[in-house]
Amino acid sequence: MKGNEAIAEAAVQAGCRFYAGYPITPQNEIPEYMSWRMPEVNGVFVQAESELAAINMVYGASAAGVRAMTSSSSPGISLKQETISYLAGAELPAVIVNIQRGGPGLGNISGSQADYFQAVKGGGHGDYKLLVYAPYNLQEMWNLTMLAFDKADEYRNPVMILGDGVIGQMVEPFYPKPYVRPELPVKDWVLDGCKNREPRVIKSLYMGEGELEMRNNILQKKYKVMKDKEVSFEGYYTEDSEIIIVAFGIAARIALSSVKRLRSEGFKVGLFRPITLFPFPEKELFMLARESRRFITIEMNAGQMVEDVRLSINGISEVLFYGRPGGTIITPAEVQEKILQLFNHQPYLA
Amino acid sequence: MEKIFQRPASLKPVPFRYCPGCGHSLIHRLIAECIDNLGIREKVVGIAPVGCAVFAYDYFNFDMLEVAHGRPPAAATGYKRVMPDRIIFSYQGDGDLAAIGTAEIIHAANRGENISVFFVNNATYGMTGGQMAPTTLLGQKTTTTPFGRNNETAGYPLRVAELLSTIEGASYIVRTSVDSYKNIIGTKKAIEKSFRYQIEGKGFSLVEILSPCPVNWKLSPIDSLTWIQTEMVSVYPLGTFKDKIKEIE
Ligand SMILES: Cc1ncc(C[n+]2csc(CCOP(=O)(O)OP(=O)(O)O)c2C)c(N)n1
Repeated sequence: MKGNEAIAEAAVQAGCRFYAGYPITPQNEIPEYMSWRMPEVNGVFVQAESELAAINMVYGASAAGVRAMTSSSSPGISLKQETISYLAGAELPAVIVNIQRGGPGLGNISGSQADYFQAVKGGGHGDYKLLVYAPYNLQEMWNLTMLAFDKADEYRNPVMILGDGVIGQMVEPFYPKPYVRPELPVKDWVLDGCKNREPRVIKSLYMGEGELEMRNNILQKKYKVMKDKEVSFEGYYTEDSEIIIVAFGIAARIALSSVKRLRSEGFKVGLFRPITLFPFPEKELFMLARESRRFITIEMNAGQMVEDVRLSINGISEVLFYGRPGGTIITPAEVQEKILQLFNHQPYLA
Repeated sequence: MEKIFQRPASLKPVPFRYCPGCGHSLIHRLIAECIDNLGIREKVVGIAPVGCAVFAYDYFNFDMLEVAHGRPPAAATGYKRVMPDRIIFSYQGDGDLAAIGTAEIIHAANRGENISVFFVNNATYGMTGGQMAPTTLLGQKTTTTPFGRNNETAGYPLRVAELLSTIEGASYIVRTSVDSYKNIIGTKKAIEKSFRYQIEGKGFSLVEILSPCPVNWKLSPIDSLTWIQTEMVSVYPLGTFKDKIKEIE
């Protein structure tokens, strides 16, 4: 099973019963899988006329209370931004998968991490946040997809799985742990006809004096709760490290193999891997900041998450960056070389 | 004494705040009356577009969903596919449906989605202050065609009902008007038929309604009705363009 298929099957097992999408490489396995799998479980698959339509179909299905998902890759995710903002404004749950490819523009079709800003800083218009998960192997693609549906319902908020073309296409063994539904709030906002109750409205327009500010404050409070409760990360050898690599997703996986190698040679290097990109593990990174320690952020882009790392470290440690934009894959050897440069006190050249 | 005229249960007991002479309030009422007649108020979900009718949920007394500009047919698709026994309609203006949402309406029709679309053609963008719509008539002055719409730079009035009637997936496509008592009755019949088709699972239907916008047309409400009759109807002829069910019968 490819990473993309792991996402699709995990979604189905987590109770996703509506999927709409538009073909784009490198995520086509998801709509293709859903096209036969959804009918098997009495779910709905629609090949939409565009990514705009696909996400609006998800918006409609979600308003009915059904677990709904769409997936795409970078250019298609750009098209979805309008309605991601509407979903956030109307507080509708949805899962959006971005199997990133190189950009800007049509870019290319190889794996990339250049949509970090778009995913965590808003992407669409207005003050809103998505919960953003960054899986780094197939096990996490499975687990985090299931979690994404629960969290979308819990917070009534769109959740994004920020993957990339490399893990999307990767095949490796993993344990497809069965889905266990946690206790979740009753969907008392669903539009299913006003039988024996007052009519309901799902909307994001608030024209009354001060109304929209109030709505925004409610949303911001929700994002604050996410920040307090949903941060997820993993640290490897961080305690005694002189140098800590910070990386997410596929870059973290590459970096981890370099770290293990360097550790075996006696170098005190560690890895800090955010699993949630929003909320970002700010406090946890800050706790690791020391004057004597250096951080290096490694990303498959021209330097995006590094800005959040710098904000978290708040000037206490030096924060360097190494990245390859344009869908170029970083090799473990490259990472090793960069880290050795730092240990050998050579001038750092990014 | 028998009450022969009253506010439909599908309308909230609040006054309309649309402009004087605007067709939206009348069309809202017709939809509400049809929903009452069919006894489906508790099963209906309406979609409010981006346009003057975004406030439809202030008036309709049933579940309502607000959807991004032009995307109601896609949202209706998602909704209806997972809730096939509920009745969903989208209510859209000509900017919403015939400009920014052209792809969504064509493909919803082509998939034969079992939904009802009420398309209000007022030949202008009402909410944003009277700019040109795809349906604006040639020579018609709007705030973005100050010298009148010129086809060389701004194209021609788009005939949505005719266009959609060529689509195999569509079941019932009709154009009506609310310029006269007779045509108001006709509009109501068409709306009710569209709902009935949906209830019976007969597929995609669209009722295009020629509707006055006196404020942006800079005409009195009465003159606006005359303008529909003398100017609009010749470009947008009334009638049934497609009735698949009838064809079969
Ligand atoms: C993406 C987007 N573009 C533009 C607008 C601004 N806008 C609001 S309503 C509207 C057009 C309304 O015209 P129409 O659909 O004909 O409906 P009417 O107001 O005439 O009933 C526009 C362009 C918007 N809200 N969203």
